Amino acid sequence: MIATRLNPHPPDRVRGSLSPLTRLFRRRPSFPRGLHLPEHKDTAGLPIRRLPFAPELIVPMLQHIGKPAIPLVRPGQTVVRGEPIARADGFYSLPVHAPVTGVVRAVEPRLLADGRMVTAVVIHTQAAADQRVLWRSPREVETLTGPELIQAIQDTGLAGMGGAAFPAHAKLAPPEDAVIDTLIVNGAECEPYLTCDHRVMLEWPTAVMDGIRLAMRACGARHAVIGVEDNKPDAIAALTAALPADGSIRVQAVATKYPQGAADILVYTLTGREVPAGQRSSAVGVLVSNVMTLATLGQLLPAGEGLIERVITVAGPGVTRPGNYRVPLGTPMRYLLDYVGARGGVREVVLGGPMMGPAVASLDVPVTKGTSGVLVLTPRELAYETRPVRACIKCGECVRVCPRGLNPSMLGLLATRGEYETMVADYHLEQCFECGCCSYVCPANIPLVQQFRVAKGVWRKRSATRAA
Amino acid sequence: MSTTRLELRTTPHIKAGRTVEQIMRAVLLALAPVCAFAVWQYGLSALALIVTVTAACLATERLANRLRGEASTLGDASATITGVLLALCLPPAFPLWMGAVAGIVAIALGKTLFGGLGHNVFNPALVGRAFVQAAFPAAITSWVPAYAPDRFTAFIPSTLTPPLMQPPDVSAWAQAAVDGFTGATPLARWKYDNVLTPAADFFAGSVAGSTGETGAVLILLGGLYLAARRYLDWRIPVAVLGSAALAAWLFQLWAPERYPEPLFVLLSGGLMLGAVFMATDMVTSPVTPLGVWLYGALIGVLTVLIRYFGGMPEGVMYAILVGNALTPLIDRYTPPRAFGTGGRR
Repeated sequence: MIATRLNPHPPDRVRGSLSPLTRLFRRRPSFPRGLHLPEHKDTAGLPIRRLPFAPELIVPMLQHIGKPAIPLVRPGQTVVRGEPIARADGFYSLPVHAPVTGVVRAVEPRLLADGRMVTAVVIHTQAAADQRVLWRSPREVETLTGPELIQAIQDTGLAGMGGAAFPAHAKLAPPEDAVIDTLIVNGAECEPYLTCDHRVMLEWPTAVMDGIRLAMRACGARHAVIGVEDNKPDAIAALTAALPADGSIRVQAVATKYPQGAADILVYTLTGREVPAGQRSSAVGVLVSNVMTLATLGQLLPAGEGLIERVITVAGPGVTRPGNYRVPLGTPMRYLLDYVGARGGVREVVLGGPMMGPAVASLDVPVTKGTSGVLVLTPRELAYETRPVRACIKCGECVRVCPRGLNPSMLGLLATRGEYETMVADYHLEQCFECGCCSYVCPANIPLVQQFRVAKGVWRKRSATRAA
Repeated sequence: MSTTRLELRTTPHIKAGRTVEQIMRAVLLALAPVCAFAVWQYGLSALALIVTVTAACLATERLANRLRGEASTLGDASATITGVLLALCLPPAFPLWMGAVAGIVAIALGKTLFGGLGHNVFNPALVGRAFVQAAFPAAITSWVPAYAPDRFTAFIPSTLTPPLMQPPDVSAWAQAAVDGFTGATPLARWKYDNVLTPAADFFAGSVAGSTGETGAVLILLGGLYLAARRYLDWRIPVAVLGSAALAAWLFQLWAPERYPEPLFVLLSGGLMLGAVFMATDMVTSPVTPLGVWLYGALIGVLTVLIRYFGGMPEGVMYAILVGNALTPLIDRYTPPRAFGTGGRR
């Protein structure tokens, strides 16, 4: 059953090029509340460039959500760029391919950005290694049937590149209990600083279309809509020019507003459908995939290659040469930052955008499939930390920005008192996806998102204990 | 890069610039023209009253900080706002020592006993005002005319009443200062004498009233400035004034000879000051969008009901205090609809 509600700003009302006057009076499709953030998209004009190979790559067996891959190589063994070095352990797992030609130095636990120690294949880069992919198994993708196509996607090792790193084949496999009618392609890129999706849409629009067609075939969707924030008119134009003639794929400009690119939010903006609490978007007949993931699918699958590199925005005031870099997976953060140069006193390194990206504790962690950006912040941006945390003055600003329709002010009060059960039972804490809008606007500098994160953790633990 | 010490912070890593201090300073800025107009109208006495009440508030806040063993909270400017607002809703001839008592009570009973800024249930300035209303019923209803000729060289006689002493009767002074002064506010004249004051008098500020309540235009301008900068929720004054006007209009439809026109209700007494600067106090007003409308409408209607059927001519203060008391309840029962939880948006 598909719960459809009318979007107050139906997508087809805004189409094609509009005159400035029309634009003034017609609003882009959007969602209620949310924030206008300083964009800082200074790297939007910088074409994708390749990053050289680091002398040593750390390739973790777990770069996705699910079970770690099983290594196929031993120390001392030579591997070539593109060669599978680990196989998937079941359906919710992904194989891993060698990002560089070189010698396996070790297969040992290494630190990941999230603080976990995970088995990694450490490859010593061969002196003469170049960018050519030396291992591939091209196949005729047009003849693949459903299950074969899903298997082929899994063989590429593709994970969601927007940040969550959910295995792409598992997401695209048609769900048993729902029918997917629309594929939503997420090109919103609403976080400040990040421009890698923008560059991919601009430079590889054909790959985007190839990937979308493959994904539509895999999940059974008859339509696809690419949602792009209207601060990227060049990307919208490039995609529109590459659209197939059959009309199955559409490009839709959406309002530039944070968090437009959150999956459920974009689904609402583009279709007017609201994903019910606690359910996945397939419950309303849609599937959301990040645009770079699909572009990469369009490149890898016909070529029969594995995922060995990705585009990353390296930006922030602490970077001397910011840009969009095509980075081999496993490249140590330290090498990447040395290459782009640091300035102004590096204070914090964030993976992804400044609103939701986690900070890293060490520069010895590698770039993985889910790393969408590397952001270097200096003491200037973090000046708010010197502000005192005051009591909530109930200004209500957090309520006015929460895209989920929650009352962060009340949730914060309950969190301070430790009333986690009330937060969940009466104030929908589980609907918070930690977008950060409330913390961003709070004039009392209350770390609301962190309070909610702690509350969710404790509550989950308590309810697990109760259930046991 | 290798020697860099990285910091680990939680998301989000960036923040908007606005702070509690900024909000409070903006409110003070918006109040400045209202204060200036009050001093222009009532001269030295108004200036002394504003300064004295504010000083009493600040001293009480600082003392409370000492007793609680916490750092000074004077920097957040909230105590200053309480002092200025309180002075603006006292009569201009109010004895300074009584003003100081009002200031002390406002901060001590209205704010620090609850735990300081953010924890108080009632608007502290109105707590102070309610206290002196009960304690000094004569002084709080002694009105003097604006634009007395010697207002910049001499105090109104009652201003400098020695502490703990009753103020002298100022009606003779008022009669002498401005010819034809009746000594009653427009609301009192309407309620007791059935005389309506023309709207033009309100805009000129030539009616009797509290120190800061007669400059309707300046109060509205201050409110517009704060609303434009999103430092106050515009829906509150709109709801208060709108519902008061609507209630007044309905009463007038019912009995036109007995009830005044809506414009009179909006301009008279402290409704404008209360709607723009008192009811909008963030701490004591609801945060939910629907709750804000309910709260404002409640205050507007209650004001009219108290004015029409209560024992006193003015009702704004009690209406707002009732609104404050109901705020937690209103917030509790008007939650915004959470995304994905069904029902109507």
